[in-house]
Amino acid sequence: MKALLTLAAATVIGMSGAAVAADFKPAVVYDTAGKFDKSFNEAVFRNGAEKFVTETGIRVREFEPQNEEQREQGLRTLAQRGQSPIVAVGFNMASAVTKVAAEFPDVQFAIIDSVVDLPNVQSMLFAEHEGSFLVGALAAMVSETDKVGFVGGMDIPLISKFACGYEQGVKYVTENAEVFQNMTGSTPAAFGDPARGSELAKSQIAKGADVVFAAAGGTGIGVYQAAKDEGVYAIGVDSNQNYLQPGTMLTSMVKKVGVATYQTWKDAEAGNFQPGIKVFDLASGGVDYAIDQYNEALITDEMKTKVEAIKADIIAGKIKVHDYTATMSCTY
Amino acid sequence: MDLFNNIILILDATLRVSTPLIFAALAGMFSERSGVVNIALEGKILASAFAGAAAAYITNSPWMGLLAGVFVSVMFAMLHGFATVTHRGDQVVSGMAINILAAGLTASLGNFWFHQGGNTPNLVDSLNGIDARFEPIVFPFAKALEDVPVIGGLYSELLSGHFLLVYLALLAVPASWFLLFRTRFGLRLRAVGENPTAVDTAGISVVRMRYMALIICGVLAGLAGVYLSVAVTAQFLPNMSAGKGYMALAALIFGKWRPRGALLACLMFGVLQAIADRSQGAMIGAFEIPVQFIEALPYILTVVLLGGFIGTAVAPKAVGKPYVKERE
Repeated sequence: MKALLTLAAATVIGMSGAAVAADFKPAVVYDTAGKFDKSFNEAVFRNGAEKFVTETGIRVREFEPQNEEQREQGLRTLAQRGQSPIVAVGFNMASAVTKVAAEFPDVQFAIIDSVVDLPNVQSMLFAEHEGSFLVGALAAMVSETDKVGFVGGMDIPLISKFACGYEQGVKYVTENAEVFQNMTGSTPAAFGDPARGSELAKSQIAKGADVVFAAAGGTGIGVYQAAKDEGVYAIGVDSNQNYLQPGTMLTSMVKKVGVATYQTWKDAEAGNFQPGIKVFDLASGGVDYAIDQYNEALITDEMKTKVEAIKADIIAGKIKVHDYTATMSCTY
Repeated sequence: MDLFNNIILILDATLRVSTPLIFAALAGMFSERSGVVNIALEGKILASAFAGAAAAYITNSPWMGLLAGVFVSVMFAMLHGFATVTHRGDQVVSGMAINILAAGLTASLGNFWFHQGGNTPNLVDSLNGIDARFEPIVFPFAKALEDVPVIGGLYSELLSGHFLLVYLALLAVPASWFLLFRTRFGLRLRAVGENPTAVDTAGISVVRMRYMALIICGVLAGLAGVYLSVAVTAQFLPNMSAGKGYMALAALIFGKWRPRGALLACLMFGVLQAIADRSQGAMIGAFEIPVQFIEALPYILTVVLLGGFIGTAVAPKAVGKPYVKERE
């Protein structure tokens, strides 16, 4: 029902926007976590859709599927109405995009975090391992116990890519540091179980971890709360989450999905839509670590100099960060 | 010493994980003992978690959250009662409907009120002066005894420093036992679940007894929800109950519809979860135990234990059957 309402509202807004630019009709389909998940989907909304609308005046149609079946249905509805390009948020959308993109060869699609090999689909990939390397390095710099933790959401290669990059970053700074790793589960529900996240974080903290990085969607909210309760640091993911628990959020590994989405629409508007794989990495600013007013007191100038040097080395290719998904293993 | 500390930490986590299950299992027990099947526990937990977090945030008080959560849960229980006791509807269908209603309503209302995708704002937000989360209770001298061997672990780590609701859950077990098995009210309630016709003949209202049971059920399920959102996470997230209502139902059957049995079953689920959380990534030789196996472990053990050791669990005789006074 909510999805229907959203669509209905989007339709009304879409009509008023049609006067501005009749021929360019971008759209976005969020994942089931919803566009206000304080993380991944929200980044697409805030830095992508919202920004695009305010800057260009062109309306972006949005669809929030309430369950897995609606993903395909939402994509198809938007495609039928002539929306293009349609950005699908998240790897969960892969099968739906594959199916619908084949049905509508004239509509442009883009998918985040997954590869769909069709001539009308842009696959937007991010170098999460590079960003995670940076926050791992920061974690190792503040850790007094030389033990740090990682809490992942669903046990899939994408999340292992975060874990592996993080571990490399930690060990780059402190060679004999210990990295505890936990995955919350093996279903998409693992991205929305904060009570479990809190338990996993507490178990790692009990083992001595004093920095915990969560790449776990809504489950991460529980991790950050547990870190605050136990007086240790936590690291956010995807969006800049520093504001969630000011004072104990060391930093966030930001993945600029919104900026990338915005860029894709801009390119398409100018007629430069590029199908195929597009990688957003540290060099192009697609991933980064976050500093803002909530954590600037935690990151000393010395740490900043060090991490900026590491960043430059990765961009220059002097540090090679192993990508888990390249070999499906974390041996480097 | 290391082993001792590990055991203490696992037991400590067990208490935290089991608390919502204990509340929910007791809630289910009152309802089912009176003859009303209650698969709506999940929905009640979710609804009260939302109401609790929303009210706590708006009033800036965890106690108002507690009241609101319990109130909403009782209202859902009354809805269940209205459908199944007053109108003799199918209890499973009504329960399922309540679960679906709660899942949709909480997310929609949350989105409508707070514009955060169904989440409520964080209950601890020092920048805006919000501090509406339950604080853990630290026992006297806990800090001083922390480093004393054995006693420090037992007293300061295991017993002290939990949320009020954790202690309340443990107290609710003997209280429920007393109410059900040592009072006239309890006897009547159980009789309504076994043989409502006989109770009716004795001049006691079956409908009234079942409504009373559902009110108690609502209160207890509400506490489970409030524990999740106002104490543990300090925030409501859509579907945050994550199947705990169904787990509690399993624990209830496991415990043969008895308070002590249900408590032990909840603690067993809790301890398995706590061990699972700590043994992930553990190695047997060069072989790493996969996360899927650890996830499945509680369920595998449940099947094995239920099949092999616990024996048959006999439900209250009249459970699931709407009471019809006379043929019309």
